[in-house]
Amino acid sequence: MTRDDVVGYVVPAFTLGLGLLVWEGIVRYFGIPPYLLPAPSVIIATLISDWPTLSASLWVTLSITLKALLAAVVGSVSLAIIFAQSRLVERAFYPFAVAMQVTPIVAIAPLLLIYLTPALAVLVCAFLVAFFPLLANTTLGLSSADHNLVDLFRMYRATRFQQFMLLRLPAALPYFLAGLRISGGLALIGAIVAEIAAGSAGQGSGLAYRIVESGFRLNIPRMFAALLLISVAGITIHVLLTALSHWLLAEWHESERGREA
Amino acid sequence: MAGTGAAAGLLVRQMTRVLTFPSAGQAASSKANAAPLAAFKAVDKVFANQVTALSGLDLEIRGGEFLALLGPSGCGKSTILRLLSGLTAATRGEIAWSCERPEFGFVFQEPTLMPWSDVFSNVWLPLRLAGLSKEKARPRVEEALAHVGLSSFAKSYPRQLSGGMKMRVSIARALVTRPSVLLMDEPFAALDEITRLKLNDDLAALQSALGATVVFVTHSVFESVYLADRIVVMAPRPGRAVAEILVEAPAVRREGFRLTAAYSEACRRTSAALHMAMGEPVPSELAE
Repeated sequence: MTRDDVVGYVVPAFTLGLGLLVWEGIVRYFGIPPYLLPAPSVIIATLISDWPTLSASLWVTLSITLKALLAAVVGSVSLAIIFAQSRLVERAFYPFAVAMQVTPIVAIAPLLLIYLTPALAVLVCAFLVAFFPLLANTTLGLSSADHNLVDLFRMYRATRFQQFMLLRLPAALPYFLAGLRISGGLALIGAIVAEIAAGSAGQGSGLAYRIVESGFRLNIPRMFAALLLISVAGITIHVLLTALSHWLLAEWHESERGREA
Repeated sequence: MAGTGAAAGLLVRQMTRVLTFPSAGQAASSKANAAPLAAFKAVDKVFANQVTALSGLDLEIRGGEFLALLGPSGCGKSTILRLLSGLTAATRGEIAWSCERPEFGFVFQEPTLMPWSDVFSNVWLPLRLAGLSKEKARPRVEEALAHVGLSSFAKSYPRQLSGGMKMRVSIARALVTRPSVLLMDEPFAALDEITRLKLNDDLAALQSALGATVVFVTHSVFESVYLADRIVVMAPRPGRAVAEILVEAPAVRREGFRLTAAYSEACRRTSAALHMAMGEPVPSELAE
């Protein structure tokens, strides 16, 4: 095991384990009841005993998150491509894009719940949160090709389509992937926030709904178990998107340079 | 004075109304006397921000010559290349071509490679844009890579290469269309001295082997004298050509040329012309 392995894996694993042990120890030593603060062992036990309910909720939340992210990718990339073709269109859409981006989506959620069914409102909310970082990054990426390369393409009489496919799209890829990593996390947050806002409407069955429901019933261990699943979902999304980014950029992009050797 | 200048293999000619410059004998290399390929006639270039890049430029590009454009920043050297390649149009005046507009190769100061493509695909680009498939382009790409000594690096990515090697890829890309005119915008300015000298030698050999016309923009007196058949010295604000120096030297430049009297004399004259272009007095050690 090299020194890098020790710093990279062993140290964080050790501090995480130590933190959990201290938590468990304090709860047991002071005899704190589980409805105030459950010990990690109780949370794990609840996770196992309530797995049928919780796993169904996890699936609901994940599927909303992924659908929202997919819709955000398709929507933002299409719109960014349109923006890249015409500055007029970009300026025309600009006020809406800024207004939507600076308004916290939490504030829009209750309104969406009036206009849409709760399930659709949650999806739209997650979509909106994920959409704008992707749009902003992809738009920036499409306009950030090296101007000397743009000149070179013009000199060799490249068609607009050739310039787009061979130059602008690959140049935008690192920007798009950076946006995707942000939006992946945000889509999950958007889904959770909207579900909490919709929570008392009683139709949701995602993880956020389980947290709200368990809170009403003072089932604190289940709240923690649902929280743990949300964290794990967020970490998984981040890891998968980082791996995708590495896979696509490893051979050429500066951001991946530190991973060599 | 004229006699010694001619003996040293130099011709300095006054070009503009702005500065007077001592003229010398008539000896000149045959290349520099070749038929003009393109002629700038009283060309002005004013940018959208009202900056005058070029003012009343008269300049001939002759077939098969190695022409160096030498001058300080802001004298419109790069603009000349952009006008030649058709990337921008003259505000006034005209650029007359003696034949149909030739095929160009362009080399920028930076290697300007696509980082997401390997060396092969970067060199293939000009042919790809012209509709040639990878297999059809392969012999031409391999030929161009062989010219710059990078045959075994076709599958490397730009970031795996040194600065000098990236510049070679950039040159290979410019050569792949077998251009008759090679436009180079300070191609070696960002490289270290050792790499730069090596690339100078390679470029000189390549040009005499291919017989292409080269227009080479540079800040360096020594580089321009080492490489060029003809040097046009330019002055800034507004950009204009102020002197022309013909360098009489062997067809293929080699290391030893730097040690000859002809080389140092050409450097002296070019440096003196550059001082005048900048509106400075010529230091006594450079005067005739």
